[in-house]
Amino acid sequence: MSAAKLKTKPSAERQDRSPVGIEVSSLSKGYDHQQVLFDINLAIKPGEIFTIMGPSGSGKSVLLRQIAGLESPDTGKVRINGLDPAEPATRDRFALALVFQAGALFNSLTVYDNLALYPMEHHICPKSEIRDRVMHALQILSIENTFNKLPAELSGGMKKRVAIARALVMEPQLILYDEPTSELDPVMSATIAEIIATLKEQFTVTSIVVSHDRDLALTVSDRVAILRQGRLLAVDTPAAIRSTSDPVIRDFLNPQIDLRNPRFKQLEASNE
Amino acid sequence: MNRILAYFESIGHAVILAVRSFASLPSAPRILKRTAEHGYYGGYTSLPIVSILSFFIGAVLALQAGISMRDFGAKQFIGTLVGESMARELGPVMVAIILAGRVGSSVTAELASMKVYSEVDALVTMNIPPERLLVLPRLLSVLLLMPVLTIMGVVIGWLGGMVVCQTHSFIGVPPEAYWASLKQFMTTTKMLDGLIKAEIFGFVVMLIACNTGLRTRGGPREIGLAVTKSVVSSLVAILILDYFITQMLA
Ligand SMILES: Nc1ncnc2c1ncn2[C@@H]1O[C@H](COP(=O)(O)OP(=O)(O)O)[C@@H](O)[C@H]1O
Ligand SMILES: [Mg+2]
Repeated sequence: MSAAKLKTKPSAERQDRSPVGIEVSSLSKGYDHQQVLFDINLAIKPGEIFTIMGPSGSGKSVLLRQIAGLESPDTGKVRINGLDPAEPATRDRFALALVFQAGALFNSLTVYDNLALYPMEHHICPKSEIRDRVMHALQILSIENTFNKLPAELSGGMKKRVAIARALVMEPQLILYDEPTSELDPVMSATIAEIIATLKEQFTVTSIVVSHDRDLALTVSDRVAILRQGRLLAVDTPAAIRSTSDPVIRDFLNPQIDLRNPRFKQLEASNE
Repeated sequence: MNRILAYFESIGHAVILAVRSFASLPSAPRILKRTAEHGYYGGYTSLPIVSILSFFIGAVLALQAGISMRDFGAKQFIGTLVGESMARELGPVMVAIILAGRVGSSVTAELASMKVYSEVDALVTMNIPPERLLVLPRLLSVLLLMPVLTIMGVVIGWLGGMVVCQTHSFIGVPPEAYWASLKQFMTTTKMLDGLIKAEIFGFVVMLIACNTGLRTRGGPREIGLAVTKSVVSSLVAILILDYFITQMLA
């Protein structure tokens, strides 16, 4: 797949294609009885690939929802080029795309209609061009033969790819990926990494990737953040993260399987 | 106390939902196809059940009237009674109840599952207002299908009454006499009263269904609970509204 073909044509609708930077300042968020995020500060540069890693339940998806403007933080704020993502106008301007952890495909629509919905509803281009765009996005992810299937007929990995294709069709300037490779085989994961890198190089798309995939995080990212129990432990380049001396981060990145001294036994001991 | 507050809160949300949906009315030409699809699903597929229930409601009305009036000798008014009751009261209420059970429940289930599985969030990030895509076509479709279903139901109910009057020897009102007494007091205004009721009921049922669905949080269990809640609130709303509309139209 040639990189230059990732996008068909710059759409006339979106004139403002300057790269998008994100500012998260003293953001905290909690639900009924539980504080999830504590005082998060991040400055993501225009055109950057920024990866957020961290154990399950550490608040990564919640953080993405705040950045996408789906929920409002309890305190602090998120700004995309100085604008509030909770405003529809902001999302429209940068064509913000969020790849949901479980895909969030429209279950009553075929794969084709899932992808065509955004350009159709926003009249971005003529119908014939929508077809080209959609089929092209499906080809990039090698799922063009699923176009007339319903999401229920797809495997988890295929749904994930449809979700990514649906984001590509939007020609976004900011893509938020929630665990994009979690259900994919290594080859497909590599393709996703290539897509993310190509979007950055060719179109200066800013990407925020939540992932457990060490290879993805430490190869394509410009910077990596480690989130643990709702707090940022570190924000640094992949090289620095890789050579960190922080034992918690080292253990998270390279867990050693210790059969003589199992972790769950330690947990049991500490519970007594 | 909390439950009462929650009740008023959801009424408030429903009103906001209706306002937001109709705010996207200028895009109506684009949602014609969806409106037609929902109309087909909700209307056409409800025809058999509407027909069966109306027929038997008309029939039982005539039968009960026949039994009660056997001793009074007021049999000539059975047609009037069935005619008015069906057109102004039982027709609209029955169609609305069928709508709540068949269409409202499935709309709530569908929207609740879209909400729970982040499909609604996906629409929001794509800047496609759920009100425009999901709610407005359903509200419009129900406004189209309610009058049709109600007229069908009313006429079939009248037929049910006629069949009973003719076939039960102790009633023994021939069709000509039945229709004559039905027509004698039936006016366009009375028919219209019924249709106005039907439109209001249908709109409210669909609004409750959409609102309950879109406000669901949690998982599969909550989807089930949402459906129950939607149908129960719709039934309560139909009967309470019926009282007040009847009073207003009197
Ligand atoms: N809508 C919600 N209501 C209540 N709690 C939530 C909600 N969303 C997330 N949480 C809680 O926030 C914490 C972080 O969740 P999440 O961001 O999904 O973790 P992850 O890092 O695995 O993506 C979890 O403990 C979860 O239970
Ligand atoms: Mg998550």
